[in-house]
Amino acid sequence: MIHQYKAGGKNIVMDICSGSVHEVDDVTYDMIEAYQDKTREEIIDGLKNRYDISIGELNEIYDEITELKEAGKLFVEDTYESMAGELKARTSGVIKALCLHIAHTCNLNCSYCFASQGRFHGERALMSFEVGKQAIDFLVANSGTRHNLEVDFFGGEPLMNFEVVKQIVEYARSIEKQHNKNFRFTLTTNGMLVDDDVIEYANREMSNVVLSLDGRKEVHDRFRKDYAGNGSWEKIVPKFREFVKRRGGKNYYIRGTFTHANPDFLKDIEVMLNLGFRELSMEPVVCAKDDPMALTEEDLPVVYEQYEKLAELMLKKDKEGDPFTFYHYMIDLKGGPCIYKRISGCGSGTEYMAVTPWGDLYPCHQFVGEEKFKLGDIWNGVNNKEVQDDFASCNVYAKEECKTCWARLYCAGGCAANALHATGSVRGVYEYGCKLFKKRLECAIMVEVTRSLKED
Amino acid sequence: MKHIKTVETRNLCESAKKGGCGECQTSCQSACKTSCGIANQKCEKSDKKN
Repeated sequence: MIHQYKAGGKNIVMDICSGSVHEVDDVTYDMIEAYQDKTREEIIDGLKNRYDISIGELNEIYDEITELKEAGKLFVEDTYESMAGELKARTSGVIKALCLHIAHTCNLNCSYCFASQGRFHGERALMSFEVGKQAIDFLVANSGTRHNLEVDFFGGEPLMNFEVVKQIVEYARSIEKQHNKNFRFTLTTNGMLVDDDVIEYANREMSNVVLSLDGRKEVHDRFRKDYAGNGSWEKIVPKFREFVKRRGGKNYYIRGTFTHANPDFLKDIEVMLNLGFRELSMEPVVCAKDDPMALTEEDLPVVYEQYEKLAELMLKKDKEGDPFTFYHYMIDLKGGPCIYKRISGCGSGTEYMAVTPWGDLYPCHQFVGEEKFKLGDIWNGVNNKEVQDDFASCNVYAKEECKTCWARLYCAGGCAANALHATGSVRGVYEYGCKLFKKRLECAIMVEVTRSLKED
Repeated sequence: MKHIKTVETRNLCESAKKGGCGECQTSCQSACKTSCGIANQKCEKSDKKN
């Protein structure tokens, strides 16, 4: 299967199953489109009058295409479906990442929060050190031979329980060597409680920090308000700038959310850039379809245009020697994921779980609070095998719509939580999300093609 | 080739033979938290040959 498209003045041909990516001229682009359905003669006959080109050269192009096909770089058949279950089974029973809900409470009252102001539809709660310690022990005990273990401090607002974060990190560090593990911690914060102590600590211990900022002041303050109704932009931006300045090259993301109120989110990205931030992430809002903030079909052309312009801006900034990264455009074509990862997806409910403040396990942070998805707890492990099996069997070939989609080996079937909320089933397909994903992928590949071929 | 420029990419068919060490990052864990995509994940193996 191939996918071909035009973007950024380029003709791009992706061979889906081999992972190959080609840039071609116009006539070759048309010939590839016809290659599988027509004979050499029919194709050349069809193209000779459309282009100012000799028969000899058309034959040469045909030979180039055939050469790539024979080299396994074009029109490669999908042979992965039969191995999908086996590949995912290789890691069954191994947990490598936990999202610790360190605080089910928040000092902001953002109306678009999927976690319902941090409470995840339940009572306010803080995780105790005892629960956190047990979560670390549970992770180590269930991680098999995995060396790299990820722990994300999430909320609500994790800094409302910062002392426990420190205690958990200290405990994990104290046992990692004896178990031959390497903990990678991430902290997600709204910035309100960031101070010198937090900056110094997080920049030492957290391999990544995710800093929530929506971009323009008026966009950010529309939703990200405190309980008195005051916007948080003025308060957090100086803190984030200091945080990032002192990060010393370690990873961070300035992470924004865009909604129906700002589908023109490129303006927000530009604000982030003007503030000096260079590692950016901007996510479509996750909310009910009938929510006034939900993105609509009418927003789609605007959003598509933002993604296209964002790609152009990235290339322009590259040229100016001032590059920036955008989470969804980070595609390492040479060193990206193996086919196992591409089939298996995010690992929610199997390799990755969320832990509530009181120690319950859920398939991921987005399922917390939905009782029927509770998997078990950190003392007794997973006992809800039915739900876990459902997640375990949820590979990209388990979804009919994905089997024939050209983007399947880049999205791995999408987000189970998004699927559930859109269709009522974790095996469903969140079509709106698919549309955005495909657009982002086309733009990301275009950027990478431009960068790679410039280096040659 | 004169008409086709091929970008260097990881050979996915080859990666099926010995892939799946599982050391890579959990998708969505680090940044987005609300959508999944594995394309931007890095492989933890240094040679990427398998």
